[in-house]
Amino acid sequence: MTPIKRRDVLRISGGVAVSLTLLPKSAWADEPAMRKSIRDMFGDKPIQDGRVTLTIPTLSENGYSVSMNVEVESPMTENDYVTKLAIFSERNPIPLIAAYHFTPASGRARIASNIRLGGTQNVHAIAQMSDGSLWRASAKTFVTLAACVVL
Amino acid sequence: MRNIRLSVPDNAKSGDVIELKAMIRHDMESGYRVNIQGQTIARNILTFFECRFDDNVIFSADFHPGVSANPLLKFHMRAQKSGTLTFEWTEQTGQIFTKTAALAVLE
Repeated sequence: MTPIKRRDVLRISGGVAVSLTLLPKSAWADEPAMRKSIRDMFGDKPIQDGRVTLTIPTLSENGYSVSMNVEVESPMTENDYVTKLAIFSERNPIPLIAAYHFTPASGRARIASNIRLGGTQNVHAIAQMSDGSLWRASAKTFVTLAACVVL
Repeated sequence: MRNIRLSVPDNAKSGDVIELKAMIRHDMESGYRVNIQGQTIARNILTFFECRFDDNVIFSADFHPGVSANPLLKFHMRAQKSGTLTFEWTEQTGQIFTKTAALAVLE
């Protein structure tokens, strides 16, 4: 194995420093950005707490892959079902992580997937029912190795 | 062709709600990573997933860069009759990756 050269180390660290300082501030979402993202998707309708259960580990060692489970209480019949479930992050560059669309044929409004998180934060899950009502759950996770920041 | 793994129960009783699992190998390059020269690596992600049962949409998902590489999805469907399940991912380039599975429903 060739030893790591001082020149290479300088080149990489220089690149990192430049890319971090050049990033426009607006590229990094904070809570106002997340609120805007939620408003863009659901409008100004009130969001109630409950009916949604969001499960993520309290401690995530690797922000590149955090397992997530979301379940929404619903009978999932033709007249009463979950139409949409969206996942938002407070600290990712893009607050909207994913949106899931259900049908009455889904039978159960439950999903499991893996997501990226750019740091310790609250994750929010918002569900829209077929009657138009909105329900929310949030969960906090401590991220040891944040996605987006490390190379 | 992408490596796609599906998990569909061998058979189900009519009316049962069954769990489906679908995973595809894909980097989901977020567009925020930097290579060794300090240049940003261009974004290349899957943007859409859809699961259909005999041409009826059961479940779909919009993906953004916050979805991990090799995305796994677990979701459910109500089994009513035998048929074919189609799992389809769309990349931002427009390329489509598909795999099908047969579902046998016992009356």
